[in-house]
Amino acid sequence: MTALPPAVARAPLAGAAPSRRGRGGLRGRAPGAVAPYLFLAPFLLLFLAFQVAPMIYALWLSLFRERLVGGTVFVGLDNYADVLTDPSLWRGVGNMALFGLIQVPVMLGIALVLALLLDSALVRGRAFFRTAFYLPYAVPSVVAALVWGYLYGPVFGPFAQGAEALGLGAPNFLSAQWMIPSLANIVTWQFTGYNMVILFAALQAVPRDLEEAASLDGAGPAAFAWHVKVPLIRPAIILCVIFSIIGTFQLFNEPRIMASIAPNVIGDDYTPTLYAFSLAFTSLRFDLAAALSFVIGLIVAVVSYAFLALAARAEARR
Amino acid sequence: MTAGARRGAGASFRRSRTLAMAAVLLFLLYTLLPLWYLLVSATKTNQQLFSSFGLWFGGDLNLWENLAALFARDDGIFLRWMLNSALYSVLAGVGAAAVATMAGYALSKFRFRGRDATFAVIIGSVMVPNTVLVIPLFLLFAGVGLTDTWAAVVLPSTVFPLGVYLMKVYIDGAVPDELLDAARMDGASEASIFLTVVLRLASPGIVTVLLLGATSTWNNYFLPLVMLTRGEALPVTVGLAQWFDLASAGSGGQALFSIVITGALVGVLPVVALFLALQRFWQGGLASGAVK
Repeated sequence: MTALPPAVARAPLAGAAPSRRGRGGLRGRAPGAVAPYLFLAPFLLLFLAFQVAPMIYALWLSLFRERLVGGTVFVGLDNYADVLTDPSLWRGVGNMALFGLIQVPVMLGIALVLALLLDSALVRGRAFFRTAFYLPYAVPSVVAALVWGYLYGPVFGPFAQGAEALGLGAPNFLSAQWMIPSLANIVTWQFTGYNMVILFAALQAVPRDLEEAASLDGAGPAAFAWHVKVPLIRPAIILCVIFSIIGTFQLFNEPRIMASIAPNVIGDDYTPTLYAFSLAFTSLRFDLAAALSFVIGLIVAVVSYAFLALAARAEARR
Repeated sequence: MTAGARRGAGASFRRSRTLAMAAVLLFLLYTLLPLWYLLVSATKTNQQLFSSFGLWFGGDLNLWENLAALFARDDGIFLRWMLNSALYSVLAGVGAAAVATMAGYALSKFRFRGRDATFAVIIGSVMVPNTVLVIPLFLLFAGVGLTDTWAAVVLPSTVFPLGVYLMKVYIDGAVPDELLDAARMDGASEASIFLTVVLRLASPGIVTVLLLGATSTWNNYFLPLVMLTRGEALPVTVGLAQWFDLASAGSGGQALFSIVITGALVGVLPVVALFLALQRFWQGGLASGAVK
């Protein structure tokens, strides 16, 4: 913790902001100049060391290549060219695009409906439900994947057991064609409640008198929710979508755990992040892994930006 | 409105309420299913895992035997993993909350050059994929010989941009400018204002950030997977994943199933207990962040 010596904290500095928000007599004259920087310093130091420095180092790594002859040489964008023409990258990106198109709308749709239900007068015991729904977020994704992996399992998974008892064939959740929905379910289980809490909090800020006015107008609760409440919490919904897009393209823990029980389905390049991990720590190609990481970042940025542009266009058309 | 119409509205309200409760209860069932399965399975022997129905108990309770086997396996390394997770989480959570509180206070209550840009960069950093950071971090830590130490997991985890955002928003609402003005008028130093006024008023927000920071460290898998190789340094997530892999690989590893499941239950309990105990805090703290 930075304990400021009083002399430093109060030392009048040339060009110090005279006062904050135009009021406050003594405040801000001297201390306003140094104090905020000192309060920010610890975070910024850690931020520089563990966020900015590794990014710069990754950029540097991605522009060089180790040659058998001649040592490490600058190769410009060669690593990026290699990564972008690598079918493994596009396999992973394709998987995640498919995953995101299914999982994000389903999860956020459920989260929104639950938030609206808990926000309405229709549900009793909402504090209990809110906490219960949020609980999976506290469960490590390793454990979530492991437990769902056992639930899916053909050997002692209860779904397979139940289907067998009924004389039906259970789908093989761990097969190639079921893996994306199976992973989507694990992620949905973990994060629906988290998103619901964010949306619920936003709904709580919608003025109550709007609701009374609407019920006098004869609008049903569903119509009111859809036409009044949902548009009012657009920023929170957009926030949830962006967080989900970021999470989707970084998917790593769940597929890595599932690879233990479905090694023939989930290869090293099943997701872009799995592939970056494998390039770095199996092939020891840190240069390619760094380039790939930036490509993932770029894809996240482009998809997020495209979504924001679409949302803005839809808003303008209303 | 006539009496009949009102009665009709009442009936439709009741129908809506039944539907709403049914939907919410259905989702509750889905939420609890894996947790129930985990709890039930932790009471079974390996044989019972295969022979009994997964969602119900399998006769004799074998929980104590499973726990004993879990903590005895590999010379009791599971306890070590739990303690590692606790140590990493507490250090990272306290560190993240401390620096995020100071930074959030600076961004909330001071006007200074570069404030908006600093805030934008901190928020924008949420977009940076983990791999961009973790792989070079590994090389940097390896360069100074710090991989396989607590520092390799704890130090990067103290950078918690979302925590700074939450603290800024929380302090915006919880610490009135007038109070700070009055304290300055009384001649209090900036440091003592922070320590006496800000810390006290912002404490629910601080607890939230501490809880979120500690939980995300407890639940983290990617960073410790990359940074740590020594068995005694692993947190519980990485250790369990290794055992899971071993159990799934067959070849005699099957005796591990009940140990893995019991370990998963034990590994979840501290975080879940903490979340339940502190829900008053995180519900308020998260709420203030989401509304903005």
